[in-house]
Amino acid sequence: MATARNPAELTRPLITPEGVDLRIKLADAGTRASAFLLDVVIIVAAAVAVTLVVIFGLGGLGVKEAEPLFIVWIIFIFLLRNVYFITFEAGRRAATPGKRIVGVRVASRSGAGFTIDQVIARNLMREIEVFLPLSIIAARGGAGVADTLSTIFGLVWSLLFSLFLLFNHDRLRIGDLLAGTWVVETPKFKLVEDLSQRKDPVARRFPFSPAQLDAYGIAELHKLEEVLRRDDYSAMKAVAETIGRKIGARIEPIDSKAFLTAYYGDLRAHLERKLLLGNRKADKYAR
Amino acid sequence: MTLPAGTDAVRQSLASFRQEREADWKAFEALLARVERRAPRTLSEDELLSLPLLYRSALSSLSVARATSLDSALIAYLEALSLRGYFYLYGARRSLRERVGDFFLRDWPAAIRDLWRETWVSVALTVIGAIAGYWLVASDKRWYDAIIAPSLAGGRNPDSSTEVLRSVLYDGGSSHFLSGFAAYLFTHNTQVAILAFALGFAFAVPSVLIILMNGCMLGALFQVYAAKGLGLELGGWLSIHGTTELFAIALAGAAGMRIGTRIAFPGELTRMAAAAQAGRVAATVMVGVMMMLLFAGLLEGIGRQTITSDATRYAIGGGMLTLWIAYFYLFRMVRHGNG
Repeated sequence: MATARNPAELTRPLITPEGVDLRIKLADAGTRASAFLLDVVIIVAAAVAVTLVVIFGLGGLGVKEAEPLFIVWIIFIFLLRNVYFITFEAGRRAATPGKRIVGVRVASRSGAGFTIDQVIARNLMREIEVFLPLSIIAARGGAGVADTLSTIFGLVWSLLFSLFLLFNHDRLRIGDLLAGTWVVETPKFKLVEDLSQRKDPVARRFPFSPAQLDAYGIAELHKLEEVLRRDDYSAMKAVAETIGRKIGARIEPIDSKAFLTAYYGDLRAHLERKLLLGNRKADKYAR
Repeated sequence: MTLPAGTDAVRQSLASFRQEREADWKAFEALLARVERRAPRTLSEDELLSLPLLYRSALSSLSVARATSLDSALIAYLEALSLRGYFYLYGARRSLRERVGDFFLRDWPAAIRDLWRETWVSVALTVIGAIAGYWLVASDKRWYDAIIAPSLAGGRNPDSSTEVLRSVLYDGGSSHFLSGFAAYLFTHNTQVAILAFALGFAFAVPSVLIILMNGCMLGALFQVYAAKGLGLELGGWLSIHGTTELFAIALAGAAGMRIGTRIAFPGELTRMAAAAQAGRVAATVMVGVMMMLLFAGLLEGIGRQTITSDATRYAIGGGMLTLWIAYFYLFRMVRHGNG
């Protein structure tokens, strides 16, 4: 079973017609589950609101007269959840509100446009995967004929289908499998400042020799960037100490940030220069 | 000790790369945010034309940044921006209404025509099942209880009197029309249709069994009535909604069989690709099947007990069947333009 621990495992190539690989990331099982639960909450809230309005509006009717309305209600719920999923996924952003909140969307596995029959296929299968067994259990329970065996069968059925996406490499539901779709992350990043352009007066006090800059590679540079962007004092202090020990420099704890900024700027310029000359120094072990 | 010559120059040129392109990225981001929220109609002509240009500029920036820059935040930003642009520009952008229109005019009938072979098999299985059911009950009454669960039979069995059987066919009486609909929703017919489709991926075996069994039940019920000389009347009672419903179940079975056989015999495609291809056709058919079942439910709830003349029942049933066949197989929309 594939785990999501290594992010590279969920990265898939997506080559645009212009020939650029966009390296999409598939949404992991937890994200999928939380998106689905958010959607269920929204649908249930809408259903409850409508039901309450109807109950208060028609409060005068007796139980006998209300029976046909119950049937209409069942059809309404069926339409509500299907229309909800299908309309939102057929929309421009190809995502239900739940999916939008967690930052994922549905896309065609082939990379071509996402079509309406794919939307319908993947959402109809959800009806069979989750809602059908549950509603059969509910109907049997309501009629008083639910036995343990069929209830267990229904629960195992929906559990098996819900967990299906954990057992394949591409995190596909049965619906995704049949529709030829998958769910990918669409992160939204702000354009943030370039750290190497940061002007720090204290940073000027730290000149580095080429030997000191050769101590690290690109992997470490990216970790350093992460630490600097997080801007956490104790983390920066620890990192500055480690780097200082490695390159033989003494840094006062108070200067950690300035030192790291200066080292980051110079290390990046150094490695980018190497990159231009055709040497991508992946990490500190590379020559 | 000084840095190697050129380090500062590299830093400068990368900074100016970002400075020069940044305005384009920001403009693209703002434009995308607008078109994702509102229809493309709200854009001016210039903005619409600039969209693909800005997209290509973002892609080229991404390529340059990947090759020369080590600023991972910048690369992540450009990747996310390009991906959004890609999905927008290459995604399907037809409006929902257009697509729904397309579904009824073209996709649904086309998908059903595509399944013609499986549909014949499905219909043949129903007929074979019906003949088998008829023959079994004719040879030994006890088969009836084995084929039709007592809870579904509703008091109709080989030992019922002619009057009881007749009353089921013609008594509308007290029941509210929607209760008939309610009963319909939870009868096994809908579940048969959905299961015949859903279990298809187990190499079509469950679909075949479900369709056969459904035919068996039909045959068994028919034998009970025919033995009392009520065969024609039962036909009328069943056909008013049954033509729609049985056709829908046959189509659901056909859709299940298509998925199962394509998984078993994927041909030149991989099993996954074959399943995906079959799944899309089958799903399109299934949406239609659900609508047909809903329609059959309405016919049953409203028409079955209120219309009691055999001729009218046959006329409605036959008319519905003709309508469906004409819609699916005879009426073909010509695709105009490049639609």
